[in-house]
Amino acid sequence: MTTAIDIQSVTRRFGRTTALSGMSFSAEAGSILGLFGRNGAGKTTIMSIIAGQDRPTSGRVEVLGREPFENESVLSQISYVRDNQRYPDDYKLHHVLRIAPDFAPNWNADVAAELVEGFRIPQKTKIKKFSRGQLSSVAIVLGIAARASVTLLDEPYLGLDITARALFHDVLIRDYAAHPRTIVLSTHLIEEAERLFDRIVIVDRGRVVVDSDRDEVPNLAFTLSGTADAVGRLVRERTVLRSNTIGGLRSVTVRGATDEALAAEARASGVQIAPASLQELVAAFGESEALAPASDSAPEAALTQNGAHS
Amino acid sequence: MFTEDSPLFQQLADKIADDIAAGTYPEETAVPSATDFAVFFHMNPATVSKGVNLLVDLGVLYKKRGIGMFVAHGARQKLHRSRLNDFRAKYVEPLLAEAHVLGIDDEALHTMIFEKEKDQA
Repeated sequence: MTTAIDIQSVTRRFGRTTALSGMSFSAEAGSILGLFGRNGAGKTTIMSIIAGQDRPTSGRVEVLGREPFENESVLSQISYVRDNQRYPDDYKLHHVLRIAPDFAPNWNADVAAELVEGFRIPQKTKIKKFSRGQLSSVAIVLGIAARASVTLLDEPYLGLDITARALFHDVLIRDYAAHPRTIVLSTHLIEEAERLFDRIVIVDRGRVVVDSDRDEVPNLAFTLSGTADAVGRLVRERTVLRSNTIGGLRSVTVRGATDEALAAEARASGVQIAPASLQELVAAFGESEALAPASDSAPEAALTQNGAHS
Repeated sequence: MFTEDSPLFQQLADKIADDIAAGTYPEETAVPSATDFAVFFHMNPATVSKGVNLLVDLGVLYKKRGIGMFVAHGARQKLHRSRLNDFRAKYVEPLLAEAHVLGIDDEALHTMIFEKEKDQA
């Protein structure tokens, strides 16, 4: 397997603000990588850097083996539609569709037409008057129909209704299966997308806190739920990522995999135990103070699993 | 439909196996393509292939080059046999455990099963 995107110790500062702090992860060619984290965690900043629209303050980014910034041979193989993409004032949909192939050598007009129809994107309205959902639809058309080797989809669903989101998934998977490419997708609607991914990266405060094969997710964390006393006994000496207590009841997300002994102990004390879902994992890592870096060091707090990655 | 209790490809393989055991996909007929499964379940195509290949390794599915995946001759019987082994752990033991919690004794349980079977006959 070859690496399509390689991010090594990337730091990005804006004045006094550090948006990315020694971030490293990579995506295999032809894989779908899910990028998760809270607002402000650094998802859009790293996507802009991968897309060559911004450069790191320090560290290195390679896309298809080269640095993307101002590198035309790489940029023509990357598709990235920003969530706040602006279009010329008098542009309608057909203007965008006409110039899109100039920026995307593998542009497929049939896929574009199918999505335009499915999303019911207005043809006669100026794009600057589009609603949030309609703008998202245009961005998805551009992102998928480009069939770019590296496709970056940053929160593509903003404002989209559930029918449109299902259509997006249908077309994305069908077109990806026929024309594999490397996809990085960030979303807050985790449950709708969670089965799409080969790899999961969770970022928080500009750092990678989880970098794992999709199949390893059930081993990264588990939840316990029951009476506060019983749960408290079970989590002694374990890393609690997230805890919620209401009255005498407590539920916690705990780092690591469950084991037979713990499961038996939990059952004996009437505590429910289950592997954390991807959504619970993202919520837990976004909330966790247990993983907060005390200073600029301590990246060892990050949980990385290299699974089948080679 | 899918949980985190086991890897996704395993759950997909179980689901296809359920459908074969139930006769939804008869022997020597094609099952949906990997892409169809992927789009239907919004699942990564690589995950689907992994699940399907699991059933190929078990001899439940086989590949016809250029056509697709087919249900093997004898697949149903093979699945039934392996399920018989699981029946006790998966159904009988939880049933007895719940009966114990509710204080249903053996005789009452036997009567319940007998009555239900008579209903369905």
